[in-house]
Amino acid sequence: MEFGFTTAAYVVAAVLFILSLGGLSGQESAKRAVWYGITGMALAVCATLIGPGSGLWLLSLLLIAGGGAIGYVVAQRVQMTEMPQLVAAMHSLVGLAAVFVGYNAHFELSRVLAMDPAEREALHGFAELLAHKTSVEQSILRVELFLGIFIGAVTFTGSVIAYGKLAGKVSSAATKLPGGHVLNAAAAALSVLCLIWYFGSGGFLPLFLMTLFALFIGYHLIMGIGGADMPVVVSMLNSYSGWAAAAIGFSLGNDLLIVVGALVGSSGAILSYIMCKAMNRSFVSVILGGFGGSAGPAMEVEGEQIAIDADGVATALDEADSVIIIPGYGMAVAQAQQSVSELTKRLRAKGKEVRFAIHPVAGRLPGHMNVLLAEAKVPYDIVLEMDEINEDFPDTDVVIVIGSNDIVNPAAQDDPNSPIAGMPVLECWKAKQVFVSKRGQGTGYSGIENPLFFKDNTRMFYGDAKKSLDELLTKIS
Amino acid sequence: MKIGTPKEVFEGEARVAMTPDSALQLQKLGHECFVETGAGEKAGFTDAAYEKAGVTVLPTAEALWSEVDVIAKVRPPSDAEAGMLTADKTLISFFYPASNEALMELCKSKGASVIAMDMVPRISRAQKMDALSSMANIAGYRAVIEAGNNFGRFFTGQVTAAGKVPPAKVLIVGAGVAGLAAIGTSTSLGAITYAFDVRPEVAEQIESMGAEFVYLDFEEKAADGAATGGYAAPSSPEFQAKQLEKFRELAPDIDIVITTALIPNRPAPVLWTKDMVEMMKPGSVIVDLAAERGGNCELTVPDEKLVTENGVTIVGYTDFPSRMATQSSTLYSTNIRHMMTDLTPGKDGVVNHNMEDDVIRGATVAHKGEITWPPPPPKVAAIAAQKPKEKPKELTAEEKRAAEVAAFKKQTRSQVTLLAVGAVILLAIGLVAPASFMQHFIVFVLSVFIGFQVIWNVSHSLHTPLMAVTNAISSIIILGALMQIGSGSFLVILLAALSVFMAGINIFGGFLVTRRMLAMFQKS
Repeated sequence: MEFGFTTAAYVVAAVLFILSLGGLSGQESAKRAVWYGITGMALAVCATLIGPGSGLWLLSLLLIAGGGAIGYVVAQRVQMTEMPQLVAAMHSLVGLAAVFVGYNAHFELSRVLAMDPAEREALHGFAELLAHKTSVEQSILRVELFLGIFIGAVTFTGSVIAYGKLAGKVSSAATKLPGGHVLNAAAAALSVLCLIWYFGSGGFLPLFLMTLFALFIGYHLIMGIGGADMPVVVSMLNSYSGWAAAAIGFSLGNDLLIVVGALVGSSGAILSYIMCKAMNRSFVSVILGGFGGSAGPAMEVEGEQIAIDADGVATALDEADSVIIIPGYGMAVAQAQQSVSELTKRLRAKGKEVRFAIHPVAGRLPGHMNVLLAEAKVPYDIVLEMDEINEDFPDTDVVIVIGSNDIVNPAAQDDPNSPIAGMPVLECWKAKQVFVSKRGQGTGYSGIENPLFFKDNTRMFYGDAKKSLDELLTKIS
Repeated sequence: MKIGTPKEVFEGEARVAMTPDSALQLQKLGHECFVETGAGEKAGFTDAAYEKAGVTVLPTAEALWSEVDVIAKVRPPSDAEAGMLTADKTLISFFYPASNEALMELCKSKGASVIAMDMVPRISRAQKMDALSSMANIAGYRAVIEAGNNFGRFFTGQVTAAGKVPPAKVLIVGAGVAGLAAIGTSTSLGAITYAFDVRPEVAEQIESMGAEFVYLDFEEKAADGAATGGYAAPSSPEFQAKQLEKFRELAPDIDIVITTALIPNRPAPVLWTKDMVEMMKPGSVIVDLAAERGGNCELTVPDEKLVTENGVTIVGYTDFPSRMATQSSTLYSTNIRHMMTDLTPGKDGVVNHNMEDDVIRGATVAHKGEITWPPPPPKVAAIAAQKPKEKPKELTAEEKRAAEVAAFKKQTRSQVTLLAVGAVILLAIGLVAPASFMQHFIVFVLSVFIGFQVIWNVSHSLHTPLMAVTNAISSIIILGALMQIGSGSFLVILLAALSVFMAGINIFGGFLVTRRMLAMFQKS
């Protein structure tokens, strides 16, 4: 085995990657885990450059350095509230790279097949690998690279649209072209036809057509999914980018690519599953977009929303012993995490128990709120998950809801006809008093009326979350 | 009508049923007020004060009893007093009809109306005349003060230059009105306060007053408080045994015990036995508010304070409210005044003894030559009946076991099915695919498997870093590009170079952003 050293390096890198993911089980071990990941990546790249990479490695190094510089700048500059966009944008890069690598494999394969046996012997590098394949292996290779390109293309446009929606450049409402999912199905069916065609002919045209279809599917699929479902979409795209890498790994015969692609793919799949479960919806219904048809008219909400000013909230906080804060996407939008942190600090200094309740789908990215609160230096041991804190609401004096809506909607439990019926929610209405910081009386992303706002113990604290909180901070010393 | 209050004849009774303040209010209802001279002296109300309030002071009890139409008193009338009643007179006082049947007969024979303040039904509307609660409140407060008076230490814990003082530990048995008042007083003095009651539903009230509820680990069908008018029901022998066991466990640590356990018209249950008293530290104090009915403590002697051989003081006074006569008189006279307000709905000084009214009917024990005790149950329930708690069906051990086995079997079945299907697919692929592909395929399947196992353990709060890190490592696709970059045509080189470039962005961006995020997670 001429690449014995490379294979050994790959094994080490694979182990490091697994450790890197496994280390994320705790905040402290996670800090070490990133270094495992970085080391693994460096090892893998070096081993490839030295081993099968062959030629032009100066150019490669330059390109990596150039890309790295851009990556560095982006990573330093990005606001924590912009994390969802960044992650989506990066997925699109992986998707596009997968498409390119797939195309290259195809070009090489065609070139090698066109040569006569004598020439083939003279080949080296990647082409040499191809040259030694039998015809069955070549067929399988075609399927693999076809799949790689397909998934990569879907990931690419999907991620670009997801980025646009998260960054507010594309309307976050669910929009579909006339025809809806029939279009997607048709595109998918055409892609399958292309696969058969490509399998038979080995020409470039079917591959190219399929790429167009895949790009369309990615675009249309994500356009049809509303803003509130973005956590599922992002983790799903994450999963796709992994599967694309794995498919390419197959076609290149590179085990490390397969291992890492599979790791990333399964990780994204599990995240999607967790997110769906947190919303009590099936994966299919999220992907197909929109909420399922409700079984009957939603319950009428009675009462009125009663507003309160900063003085009132400050007095209530002053008298409270225990406070739970429920942040949502509204906090991220208003960049209010620093003010929340300051409020927490002051209340804690007064000896009050302040905790945070995080719903699994709060925000636009799995774990979004945790990252924002961590950025604002809220200690992570007072930030709790839904299951840990839901039972404590009845003993809590004051709950402050900052820019979240569906995740605190009692209709999920009370109203079997509600579109979100059965979704696990934070039962904040059981607390003695609830303050809801909200921009206006609208219904928010999902357009579902929230009976919480009409409850007797709820007071609405209207205004931009950051401004409201800053005003509140002036009243609490 | 003329309302009058005689001097209490009971030995040591200091309270009075009318104060100058209440007299002013009664006059607003159109009544004339009278007192016997010196009636309010022990409670701190002079004749001059009464006169100033427009009350006529009469020189003798006889004069008063013959002059007025309505007599307001504290204690039940003595036989001599009852003898002075006539058919047109109304007596308002504590009466305890259950244990004073002879007195009731006497009043009946005189034809007078008697309203017993201790029989006011416990409904929301009648709370303003609930004299028992007013008195119990005072008794609870006074019990703590009395205990403090006999206890040689601070209630609150202090660390002083002269050394450390541990806080007193107070146990309050029975969390009725008196018990809750005692809890409030005790906690505000700074003692560590525990409280016990046979009704588990009062735990919330106890905790709201700042005491710790002493839980009994005992399964019994909780009696519905509504059925007994808000009083505790007698408990089963097993429960009592368990209760005593718990007290025995607490006794050596407790400095002050205040017992208030009384069920109406029954002898007080013995809750603090001789051996518990012996277990207590010297200097400890027991205040027995149930002394009048025999006492909750086995050693209590009613109306006396005694010190046991091991130095435990047992206070068995029965006249706590009377010991705070000014306060008790103020509250009691207000209760009387509210009763009069209900009796004179027209505010015109005419008493309308409306036997249709739940409260008046309930409190009246004799009327127009008839005994009207016990009253029919009030039309309004005292306390809303507790909603039956929906208990999740308790599974027996066998059922649980069966359910577990079934779940296990189901899990096994689904797992085996999955594995079988997976294996069949693998085999099917293996039949057609060449060995080189199978090699990679095994790696792929194992990696997916590892991925599933590892990711489940990732903590929820780290999902965003997880995405960033997986994003970074998914740029492993760079390896593919690196392998291709050196071979083939210009187009291949260009595409590969682009891929390398993009993956480069991803690697650095992804890892750096992850590091930035993780560095922010801080422990408090």
